[in-house]
Amino acid sequence: MTAQTTTPATVRRRRAHGSALVRYGFIAPAVLYLALFFGYPIVKNFTMSFQEYTSATFFTGEASFAGLDNYLAVLADPVFSKAMVNTVIFTVVSIAGQFVIGMALALFFRRSFPLSGFLRSMLLLPWLLPMIVSAAVWRWILEQDSGILNQALSTIGLISSPIPWLSSSDTALIAVVMVNIWLGIPFNVVLLYSGLQSIPEELYEAGEIDGATGWAAFRHLTLPLLRPVVSVVLLLGVIYTIKVIDLILGLTGGGPANATQTIATRSYEMSFIEFDFGQGAALGNILILIALLFSVIYLRANARSMKEGR
Amino acid sequence: MMSTHTSAPAGPVLRRRSLGALAAVPGLLSLAACGSSDGGSTSGDPSTLRVVDYYNTPADDKVIQETLESVGAEVGVTISREKVPGDQLIQKVLQMSSSKTLPDILMLDNPDLQEIASSGALAPLDDFGFDTSGISPEILAAGTYEGKVYGIAPTVNTIALFFNTAMLEEAAIEPPTTWEELTAAAKALTHDDVYGLAFSAIATYEGTWQFLPFMWSNGGDETDLATPEVAGAAQLWADLVADGSASKSVVNWGQGDAMDQFKAEKAAMVVNGPWNITGLQEDAPDLDWDVVIIPVPAAGDDSVAPLGGEVWTIPQTGDEEKQKKAAEVLQKFVSAENQLVMGAARNTIPSDIEAATTFAEEHPELATFVEQVSTARSRTGKLGTEWPATAKAIYTAFQQVLVDGTDPETAFADAAASLG
Repeated sequence: MTAQTTTPATVRRRRAHGSALVRYGFIAPAVLYLALFFGYPIVKNFTMSFQEYTSATFFTGEASFAGLDNYLAVLADPVFSKAMVNTVIFTVVSIAGQFVIGMALALFFRRSFPLSGFLRSMLLLPWLLPMIVSAAVWRWILEQDSGILNQALSTIGLISSPIPWLSSSDTALIAVVMVNIWLGIPFNVVLLYSGLQSIPEELYEAGEIDGATGWAAFRHLTLPLLRPVVSVVLLLGVIYTIKVIDLILGLTGGGPANATQTIATRSYEMSFIEFDFGQGAALGNILILIALLFSVIYLRANARSMKEGR
Repeated sequence: MMSTHTSAPAGPVLRRRSLGALAAVPGLLSLAACGSSDGGSTSGDPSTLRVVDYYNTPADDKVIQETLESVGAEVGVTISREKVPGDQLIQKVLQMSSSKTLPDILMLDNPDLQEIASSGALAPLDDFGFDTSGISPEILAAGTYEGKVYGIAPTVNTIALFFNTAMLEEAAIEPPTTWEELTAAAKALTHDDVYGLAFSAIATYEGTWQFLPFMWSNGGDETDLATPEVAGAAQLWADLVADGSASKSVVNWGQGDAMDQFKAEKAAMVVNGPWNITGLQEDAPDLDWDVVIIPVPAAGDDSVAPLGGEVWTIPQTGDEEKQKKAAEVLQKFVSAENQLVMGAARNTIPSDIEAATTFAEEHPELATFVEQVSTARSRTGKLGTEWPATAKAIYTAFQQVLVDGTDPETAFADAAASLG
């Protein structure tokens, strides 16, 4: 065999090799993008959480290894348990509210009626507003003495004295959740509505013959067929909600008296108010861990339902 | 931090914090470090100085720009100025410090100075033979870290008590000078939908800043929060809210919000600063108002308010020539004449003791603030880089008192304990 000999096999191999390069070439931009803008920050955040990372670190680039100190400090933080409970309440109640109202509206818009298209697009408004604008407007609405919500409620006689929406630790979390539900409805409606559109009308006709109308049709036709969409909506909902920060900072700044402090806002506070970036990163990682947990639950549940053939 | 929020237009204080994936934030900040190389402020032109500050409101912006340009021309450099939103300055500074792109002249809010100086990013002004004579010692202290002056303030501010002249006259009430008078006046002035007093007890540095004059005048000290003097100040606030003389919403009001209540004549008195005077005059031109110093616990006590305002610094850029030029520019920038010009345009008080006296004569409407500044204290003078954590402990504690009805002594004992 001489160097010049080119067997069909090597040609094939070379061609295969070339096309592999091309194939990698195609995914390279995506991989690079992910590595740079997702991989790097996550890795960096991970290493930061094990370092004594202060404002000086930004200038010198030096941070001493702190072991688990940051995590221990974060867990011992007196606000931690409150923030954790708040995060759970905020997430669960927000998602439940958004989903139920979103589903009701999606079902409502499924029947077409005059102006339904217009109304549906109006429903997207909260989604289009920058969060910080929504927060500012809601602060005025919820203002205790001159806010329009208290004025309206007392005019129709529902309340006798104004509710201190954002200035009492009993109501602040409720108020924040309320606003977050309002914010999240459009997202739920859009996804659920498009999910509903994909269910063939004939199934309902067939169901009607079998006596499945109204609630029964919803329970035995709509819900099972909508299940993949529902799980996506809920999972994304959890991931979006668990890390909400601008809304809370805009409405209450985590106050009053830490009543609306969540893991996300506390992490921000540790980094940018107390300048302890290591602890902020540690708390951020705990948040990532919780979000990951939900993703795993979702993926497993999904896999199981696939196996069962739904 | 104070004027950061407060010099923003009226309305709820909102910080733009769409930080995307939260966990990734600190990571993203340091992403800028990727292409870092040592030294070198960015602009290549040796005769151009880069300046970063947060003066965005027209009144501030104009006079700062003009003053910088004129002193720049004297030194023979051109000024390239970048304005950032007030609440984003620290993030920006950390980013620039990480990517070695610090400007030649950097403005910082005074309570942040020690934190940034401790990182090594700033040069001591002494290195350039900077002359600080004439400047009030307490104002110099606000720009000092570990015995060295890093930042110089041309003008400063503080807070005092604004009152609605007509409302007080109608109720035949003299402007209060003691806590007792303040409580009585606030109660007497409260009726229908008007509160006697508005202040900001928000869960930010802004709330702490408003709490300090009461805490300090009562003999409280930030080095030990578990004292009856500190608790006493919180008790005063709690009583005002419990009486209904101040709205429960104070826990959610920034200083701009409190001033809005005063403008709308929904509050007869308001604790506020001179930076909001322009807005007050523009929005409520028919409102007659005056200012007195913050009432003290008992007649004869000293009214001690916190010192606010921004200090100007020279970052460690590695370019010594430029640093020297920057120091020259800064020296002229803080001259007594320039202080008077900037003070007049921005309703702030010159830091030079003599200039302040002249200023009080020229601007009698600001004389109260000149007086209040003369006894004012810097927030970081005693605690240095420990201040941010203490400031947070203070606002957490008084919020517990106002919102949850926690006993002030308990709340501040907990606050002291949390600081270890």
